Amino acid sequence: MSNIRIHNHCLSDVIYTVITRVLLVFLVVIVLYPIYYVVVASFSDPMYVNSGELLLWPKGFTLLGYKRVFANSSIWIGYANTILYAGAGTVIGLIATIMAGYALSRSDLPGRRVISLLLIFTMYFSGGMIPTYLVVKSLGLVNSRFYMIICSCLSCYNIIVTCSFMESNIPRDLQDAAEIDGCGNGRFFVSIVVPLSKAVIAVIALYIVVAYWNSYFSAMLYLTDTNKYPLQLVLRNILLVASSAIDSTSETDPTAAIQLQQAAQLIKYAAIVVSTVPIICAYPFAQKYFVKGVMIGAVKG
Amino acid sequence: MDAVTKSNAKTPSARKEARMRKRQKTLKLMKKNWVLYLFLLPTIVYFAIFHYAPIYGLQIAFRNYRPATGIWGSTWVGLKWFKQFFETPRFWQILRNTLVLSIYQLIVGFPLPIVLAIILNDIKNMKAKKFAQTVTYMPYFISTVVLVGMMSAFFSTNSGWVNNMLEALGFSGDIFFMGESKYFRHMYVWSGVWQNMGWNSIIYLAALTGVDQELHEAARVDGANKIQRVLHIDLPAILPTIIILLIMRCGSIMGVGYEKVYLMQNSLNVDVSEVISTYVYKIGLEQQMYSYASAIGLFNNVINFILLMAVNKISSKVSDISLW
Repeated sequence: MSNIRIHNHCLSDVIYTVITRVLLVFLVVIVLYPIYYVVVASFSDPMYVNSGELLLWPKGFTLLGYKRVFANSSIWIGYANTILYAGAGTVIGLIATIMAGYALSRSDLPGRRVISLLLIFTMYFSGGMIPTYLVVKSLGLVNSRFYMIICSCLSCYNIIVTCSFMESNIPRDLQDAAEIDGCGNGRFFVSIVVPLSKAVIAVIALYIVVAYWNSYFSAMLYLTDTNKYPLQLVLRNILLVASSAIDSTSETDPTAAIQLQQAAQLIKYAAIVVSTVPIICAYPFAQKYFVKGVMIGAVKG
Repeated sequence: MDAVTKSNAKTPSARKEARMRKRQKTLKLMKKNWVLYLFLLPTIVYFAIFHYAPIYGLQIAFRNYRPATGIWGSTWVGLKWFKQFFETPRFWQILRNTLVLSIYQLIVGFPLPIVLAIILNDIKNMKAKKFAQTVTYMPYFISTVVLVGMMSAFFSTNSGWVNNMLEALGFSGDIFFMGESKYFRHMYVWSGVWQNMGWNSIIYLAALTGVDQELHEAARVDGANKIQRVLHIDLPAILPTIIILLIMRCGSIMGVGYEKVYLMQNSLNVDVSEVISTYVYKIGLEQQMYSYASAIGLFNNVINFILLMAVNKISSKVSDISLW
């Protein structure tokens, strides 16, 4: 009897294992294939891409797409702008976040509960798009690079993550000892807190950089000057707006339109690769920090 | 501490003295830690300007705002804009679009990361596990613009590989996935699953690694198979995490992100793709009806806030788990 039971369990366990493994392989393929396809298609003759002959390996190898992308000045302008916005925004946001997170982690700071609550409230209730727009407009920050730099540098979530990390990683004894030795808050922060918080600093910096790199909407709302466009807004024009323009021309001259469309398709794939490579390349190295950030946030969540 | 007990017990004068002493202590702490307030200053200024000033500016939802007269010069109109919104023929359509898209996303997008985490947790080969994690987290870092750009390339009617593949399999090869209304919701939700499933599984995976392995050992000795152990050990262990995340998701059920919807929207699918946030954008910034758009945004925010409070309350009554 017991033998049969064990045997049954082994069988059901085997079935379970097989099904979940197959499912996982399926999921990995589903996730990976589109990304892989973009890379392969960016190196291939658009004729093969469009006819569906491209499946696994590049066909009719060409660098034409990349040549066109690199010749496109708006992509370079977008790149430079994004690096400026993301770089400056991250430095400013990081410094402000770490300082605020530390101050709020100190249990002996009168008023910290009130300030925390006021910050957290903004996570659940906001003025919304239009009142924010009017505030920015009344400050004369519409179409300014300065607003693009600061527009998303500080987030309540990042402050909470920093604060809860410091609450559990900066020992109270250390602070007391420093105080006895005559070390003030400022020096304690610079020479003790910051070195002890390297992990959370990396997490926050990465979060801010990715947010800047990938956002397009605030640039669309606030920028009118194309010379100030960040990369994602330039990409939007190449990937989504330009394609509808090509669709509408196709009615007048079919063969020229097809050629135009094929070239446009190739440029799209190349542009996706060029714009996404920095983030995807940095990602495997940064992965553990991203995951760590989710964990620290979850403790508080 | 003893100041508090004294003040409860003794005369008004003693109570007053205790209060004074407490205030003095607070003042002393504030003085000692003044640098910390300086640390908070940039954050406070930033939140005051970019979060609280807009909340204060929400009053234009009850006024007839004109740029020339400013907030103060414009007249009060009460609930006019709200009435106007409720009375437009498109109100019910937009509300339904928002809710359907959001609930569809919740029903599909919420359980799948849990399933993925349970599957990943079962993998003993560390290299394989790491590889699967790296791959499934990756799409999270692709921007919305690139995601929608990829979709429009893959699902294009004349050159996308999806239609080409369907054709090779004998189906009709020119389904206009990105254009037709009936595909919009599926495209939106499933591309979201593709992008976020891995990332959202991290938190469950973390909770699962905290499960005591001895429980599993004991259950195995008692003859429980894998499915039974998942259902009776793993799931209860991550239930608090699930509930917290569910509360937060329910609280944002009216807040379908405009970034992706806006990019996927076109003149053909606008009857199902117009949601509250994209409508606010159009009314406010394309047609410059600031007050009307603010009212619509406020309506959306208030409903969201009420939903969050309600779900949080219900959850804390039923299961003792709540956000705060």
